[in-house]
Amino acid sequence: MAAPADTARRTDAGRARRSERAPSGGWRTIAAKELADHITSSRFFVLLLIVTVAAIVPMYFISSDISASAPQLAGQPALFLALFVVGSPSLGNVAVVSFAALLVPLVGIAFGFDGINSERSQGTLSRLLAQPIHRDDVINGKFTAGIAVIAVMITTLVVVVAGLGMIRLGIIPSPEEIARIVVWAGATVLYASFWLAFALLLSTVMRGTASAALVGFGTWLGLLLFGQFLLPLFANFLFPLDKANANAYLASTTAQATFMRISPSTLYGDIITAVLNPNTKTVLGVGNLGQYVSSQQQVPGLLSLDQSILLVWPQIVALVAVTVVLFALAYVLFLRQEVRA
Amino acid sequence: MSEDRTTPSEPRRGGPRRRLRPNVGLDARPLGTPRTAGSAHPLSARTPAAAPHAADASKATEIDEFENAEAADAANPGDSAGDGQVMPWDVAPATITADEGHPTRRRRTVAELLADVPDDAVIVTRRLTKKYGEFTAVDKLDLTIRRGEVFGLLGPNGAGKTTTVLMLLGLTEPTKGIVRVLGMDPTREPLAVKRQVGYLPDNVGFYGGLSGRENLRYTAKLNGIGRREADAKIDELLHEVRLEDAAEKKTETYSRGMRQRLGIADALVKSPSVLILDEPTIAIDPSGVEELLVLLRRLVAERNLTVMLSSHILGQVQSLCDRVGFYSAGKLVAAGPLEELAKGEDHVVELEVGVDGPPTGIDAVASTVPGVTSVKPHERDERLRVVTASSDVAAPLATALAAQGLALVHLRRRGTDLLELYRRYVPEGIDGRAR
Repeated sequence: MAAPADTARRTDAGRARRSERAPSGGWRTIAAKELADHITSSRFFVLLLIVTVAAIVPMYFISSDISASAPQLAGQPALFLALFVVGSPSLGNVAVVSFAALLVPLVGIAFGFDGINSERSQGTLSRLLAQPIHRDDVINGKFTAGIAVIAVMITTLVVVVAGLGMIRLGIIPSPEEIARIVVWAGATVLYASFWLAFALLLSTVMRGTASAALVGFGTWLGLLLFGQFLLPLFANFLFPLDKANANAYLASTTAQATFMRISPSTLYGDIITAVLNPNTKTVLGVGNLGQYVSSQQQVPGLLSLDQSILLVWPQIVALVAVTVVLFALAYVLFLRQEVRA
Repeated sequence: MSEDRTTPSEPRRGGPRRRLRPNVGLDARPLGTPRTAGSAHPLSARTPAAAPHAADASKATEIDEFENAEAADAANPGDSAGDGQVMPWDVAPATITADEGHPTRRRRTVAELLADVPDDAVIVTRRLTKKYGEFTAVDKLDLTIRRGEVFGLLGPNGAGKTTTVLMLLGLTEPTKGIVRVLGMDPTREPLAVKRQVGYLPDNVGFYGGLSGRENLRYTAKLNGIGRREADAKIDELLHEVRLEDAAEKKTETYSRGMRQRLGIADALVKSPSVLILDEPTIAIDPSGVEELLVLLRRLVAERNLTVMLSSHILGQVQSLCDRVGFYSAGKLVAAGPLEELAKGEDHVVELEVGVDGPPTGIDAVASTVPGVTSVKPHERDERLRVVTASSDVAAPLATALAAQGLALVHLRRRGTDLLELYRRYVPEGIDGRAR
């Protein structure tokens, strides 16, 4: 009686031990599936269309302006980058990068707001978690797939805009200019990832996909419309503004600056300014005193790319940090959630 | 068990209890924490000295206690009872005995709790408790399911069936108590458990945009099954559940019954040795239920699976289960083979009798039949009588009635279907949450 049962047990043990050693890599499987879902979704095509049109229109206008004033601009350094950063007066001075900064959050939210809660409402979450994967593989895989699809979209966008720009301007960008555009694209993916992490957080906390989408897009729109008023308002609420009192004034301003130092849109704005414009020697948003002094003793000339990156390195790090914090929050909440609704 | 007590001078430190508590985040990757001895597989601790009573022969350190507990699980002596019998652990009166003459109440060790587990037990729970705040979803559950058994967990909605299933899979963390699936603790080794346990969740869902085959392929990939092996396996399973024709259709077009069948195929993709089905027959039309049960019966027989299924629909799973357990308000109120439960404790036979004509005619006749102890009106149907006897008197009763010229129109033995068993064991009734 004991012998066969014993053998069976040993076999089980062997199986268990073997499988324990086998690498899991569940997040890769999940990311691959999610990415395939994203790329074939209508959501992807609609967003790609919106973003591309939104980038091509200002590019078209500014390239016309540049061509029109070609003689005066001859010899101007980093002219190709002007295609991205300079807005045409006929379009209200809105540049390609401004449109991108406007729409990138939309892309990030669109690929994340139904990440976890749709699995729940479809009834696939418990089935998925009953497979031999770690629970964090689910959210890691979804975040990775979201970043990947955003990267695909932004790469497409940059290639299309740069390609059309080359045709219209007849200028070939220098390697330095290409490198700057690549860095800008990377920063844009990073900024979108921040919004993706925010959307994943919403999808973890909110059971309904529709309500998560509403809150996500509402936040984006709200910040877009009222963001610039919100910061002073909040700072003044904390430190009531009294212009006669230098200390109070300073406190309020310091508070504003502190908020701006972690505000992703400010951080991203600074990165664009420094990376796409070699003339930029100071970013005023989150500048420090040293930068201010050096900007006062401006030496004419352009910064090299590494110097430009160095200028906004704190911004890049801060943007990574706020993204990680948001994702970590979503991660922890997801792990602590009950599987059953 | 009594020699298993420690002396007051050597108090247990409650080590095993603390060790049972898993990492935060359930089956999250244990961030770089080394595997402790406590998580060793039963076999590794299986030494000659590892009899249950050995627990206090060693110094009662946390690890020793735990290992011995696991060893007790493996090297259990008490497996003399034959199959199909109500085991002592089936209806275990799960009371923690406080030490007599010992002033403080001592918790039982893992070793003690697992001492009566048979050798071929696949699913074991001891004093398993899950609380959501104040509410107790599962209350001190003692369950033993052996290899090759089909165990039916029956209870009303909200009785704690799904919670139990989730704890078996390590998807939710027990508040107290012990769970062992294939000798492993699902909260500590969730991946190893989930590799061998197929699970059909309550309200199973699929990715609507993918076809049935693609959904199964995804599951196979998550289980680390190679593409070619997976495809062969999936073809076979789709054939088994008769979904070959719908395999390429998107699952959003599937009917409820089709989804349920696909769910069973999905649970079998990993070639599990244990199958856990949560409400497999829910929301399917009667013919679909019949089809599903036929399928399950065949699969269980072919694959030699150990199955645990939960249901609140009585009768549907009756034909499938070797043993059933009745669940009520988080407690297992009775468990055992159906016929054992049907006999009840007093071993009386109750017959429902109806004749063509007024039922009063039955009274006089029935009381003359030897063995009959009482004749009472039926509780719900005034045309019937309930005849209680010490043995099955159906044949002599029918003969006696016929001799008196009473044509028998209804004769049924009670206690043969789950509904009646249910009434017996779950007094609060079928609907409504028992409190």
